[in-house]
Amino acid sequence: MDSKIIKAENVKYEYKSYNDEKQNVRAVDGISLEVEKGQFIVVIGRNGSGKSTFARLLNALLIPLEGVVYIKGMDTRDNENLWEIRRTAGMVFQNPDNQIIGTTVEEDIAFGPENLGVAPGEIRKRVDDALAAVNIFELKKDAPHLLSGGQKQRVAIAGVLAMKPECIILDEATSMLDPVGRREVMKILKKLNKEDGITVIHITHYMDEAYSADRVIIIDSGRIIIDGPPKKVFCQVERIKSLGLDVPQVTELFYELRKMGYNLPADVLSVDEAYEALLGAIRGKRL
Amino acid sequence: MSIIVEGLYHIYMKGSPFEKVALKDVNMRIDDGEFVGIIGHTGSGKSTLVQHFNGLLKPSAGKVIINGTDTSEKNLKELRRQVGLVFQYPEHQLFEETVYKEVAFGLVKQGMEEDRIKDRVRWALGMVGLGEEYLEKSPFELSGGQKRRVAIAGVIALKPSILVLDEPAAGLDPKGREEIFSFISNLHATMGITVILVSHSMEDIARLTKRVIVMNKGTVEMDGAPADVFQNAEKLEEIGLSVPQITYLMMKLKKVIPEINEKIFTVAEAKNEIAKYLGGIR
Amino acid sequence: MIKNITIGQYIPGQSLLHRADPRVKIILMIIYMVDLFAVVNSYYTYAAFLIFTLMVIVSSDIPVSYTLRGIKPILFIVIFTAIINIFTTEGKPVFEAGFVHITYEGLDMAAKMAIRLSLMVIGGSLLTLTTTPIMLTDGIEKLMSPLKKIKVPVHEIAMMMTIALRFIPTLMDETEKIMKAQSARGADFDTGSLIQRARSFIPVLVPLFISAFRRADELATAMEARCYRGSAGRTRMRQLRVGFPDFVLVAVMAVFTTGLVFLEYYI
Repeated sequence: MDSKIIKAENVKYEYKSYNDEKQNVRAVDGISLEVEKGQFIVVIGRNGSGKSTFARLLNALLIPLEGVVYIKGMDTRDNENLWEIRRTAGMVFQNPDNQIIGTTVEEDIAFGPENLGVAPGEIRKRVDDALAAVNIFELKKDAPHLLSGGQKQRVAIAGVLAMKPECIILDEATSMLDPVGRREVMKILKKLNKEDGITVIHITHYMDEAYSADRVIIIDSGRIIIDGPPKKVFCQVERIKSLGLDVPQVTELFYELRKMGYNLPADVLSVDEAYEALLGAIRGKRL
Repeated sequence: MSIIVEGLYHIYMKGSPFEKVALKDVNMRIDDGEFVGIIGHTGSGKSTLVQHFNGLLKPSAGKVIINGTDTSEKNLKELRRQVGLVFQYPEHQLFEETVYKEVAFGLVKQGMEEDRIKDRVRWALGMVGLGEEYLEKSPFELSGGQKRRVAIAGVIALKPSILVLDEPAAGLDPKGREEIFSFISNLHATMGITVILVSHSMEDIARLTKRVIVMNKGTVEMDGAPADVFQNAEKLEEIGLSVPQITYLMMKLKKVIPEINEKIFTVAEAKNEIAKYLGGIR
Repeated sequence: MIKNITIGQYIPGQSLLHRADPRVKIILMIIYMVDLFAVVNSYYTYAAFLIFTLMVIVSSDIPVSYTLRGIKPILFIVIFTAIINIFTTEGKPVFEAGFVHITYEGLDMAAKMAIRLSLMVIGGSLLTLTTTPIMLTDGIEKLMSPLKKIKVPVHEIAMMMTIALRFIPTLMDETEKIMKAQSARGADFDTGSLIQRARSFIPVLVPLFISAFRRADELATAMEARCYRGSAGRTRMRQLRVGFPDFVLVAVMAVFTTGLVFLEYYI
């Protein structure tokens, strides 16, 4: 079998205007993409760049106007595949309040497997496993509205996990969280990716969540503009800034110092890397 | 003219099993024309605190005095006009048919005459960077960032002397954040109004404000210039916060180069400081 | 405000009542109501009924005072019904002054109605206090399932109840937030004539509706993404099972009802 979990071929999508055909909005304008199983991918783009629309195309919530999306070889246009596609590529949305259906945490996590017709005993086991995987076992009887934002998003992730997905797509799932909540969610995602080999497609506009990804994709005006490992992407400081996005502070610092003429690496992303590089340069100078 | 908070306590649902102490003996003074940042993780009491500034919440104990008015008084109309409070996701309060009516809402409530309202609305929209062409549009057909600016304009139109903003840039991309912060800075610089910015972003607070108040578990944990507050990186991390990435780098360098200035949180400052040690260009 | 209403709140516990099957509890509550309104009439049976209710409350682990608080919101109705009964029932006069005449039958009727209404509410709140909302909906869905044959959308009704229960607290928070935000912009909800006050809620209601619709839309998408497709082929994690606590409760109720009927008609 193909090792590509996601394959998109020249996908286009338009939001229809009710009044005038000329006002139709082309949200996705020819995206082609292949994703290997087990990758951790971060998708970045400005508000209205088409990144959320693209996420919905991957889950068959939207069907492409042109082009094809395959999830594990299944064509999203084919109605027969619908439930298997959604089970394989689960989705977590932006607003934690508006995706929790159950009146208790465990009831909510059970919702997906219940819809799939899983046997009751097996659902119980899956719910307990999912609770443990996102580290909220002690909250299982709690009412969702009493949880923090980060906890709610972890409930949503557990709800997807209980369907035994191979891929999780997060559509700006961290944008309404505080820094503590964001860290909690990122930690869980990293763990699921490393330990369970789940493919993660994380859509965000927080650049700092992208540094440790396997691959960073920047979308603008419905197209993929840059696609590559974080180091190769963020060293293009000028280009990224022109797209209205940010780079890490240390990357920008090195970019500025290089502009001044210092011979420093361009692809520094973390404080530790920056520290090593600067120390080397300063010591070299002094010796 | 100032904000004076003395021995402020706030207790939610007092006397019920759900009782929760949100603020504990908070004392502070914010003077006229200051630009203050308030940081703290969710549940630290920062939102509860700022709602005392226009009397939306009343002290359970202690006092809050705004421009000489005690907020426990009955008639808070004038206080509400003087203190503009912008909540998180303010675009969720929009309800009028046109942008004009939306921004004019508070002014109409005040009973201002129509000619003056018209001028005020134009001025307020101008401050947030929206032109005449938006006046007759429906707020609901605007983009997310534009909606938010209309909502903020509705507060600015009242010409408050104190403006409190709770996470005004939440959920926006870097360019959208920049737009919001640039007109807030401009408003502070040109009108001289007191601005209190509640935010999670250390980078933004460091860049914009002259004073940072750190809240933790309902009390004021730190209060001072950003450069001084950010020196306590370990303490900040302990309470769920962090310092700007560049400050971490400078603090790390300080350990091996003791004479380097580590009280830095912007790229521009760091560039100049580090260049000193890198010496001439090879 | 809303938090003071006992009906609909669940208090966790491990009593027999807590562990019983919701279907059994719903049926037993209906029998309790029938007993109360159709059987009980003499003061002996009222006394027996009060003692029985009290025993049930005590055995439920829920503080008696908390259960009694459930009467508070309907206290007005109880008093109103009692007053109507006192002044409108014909019979042997106890007190007469002008057109006001209070009869023995009136007092009797008023007292009985007040006790009946109060006990009805206490019985109802005992059910909700010992049953989680989700169990209650499950129970109602199961009990109503024969109605599926005559095309009643039982599953859909239960799903709607679940979602309503889930979103009521969220929308309450939201209302408070919007009211605060509009106050900060100069809205005034407390002064002016009745019409002015009603109008002043437009700035609250419009955003609230918009937000409710947005939530509904997002929730529908989220449900779809989690493979929701109605009741067809759907299983449930929690299986309702009738067990020991249910047998005990049914037995107690059977003995009590028999005793009650005996007391009412044969003594």
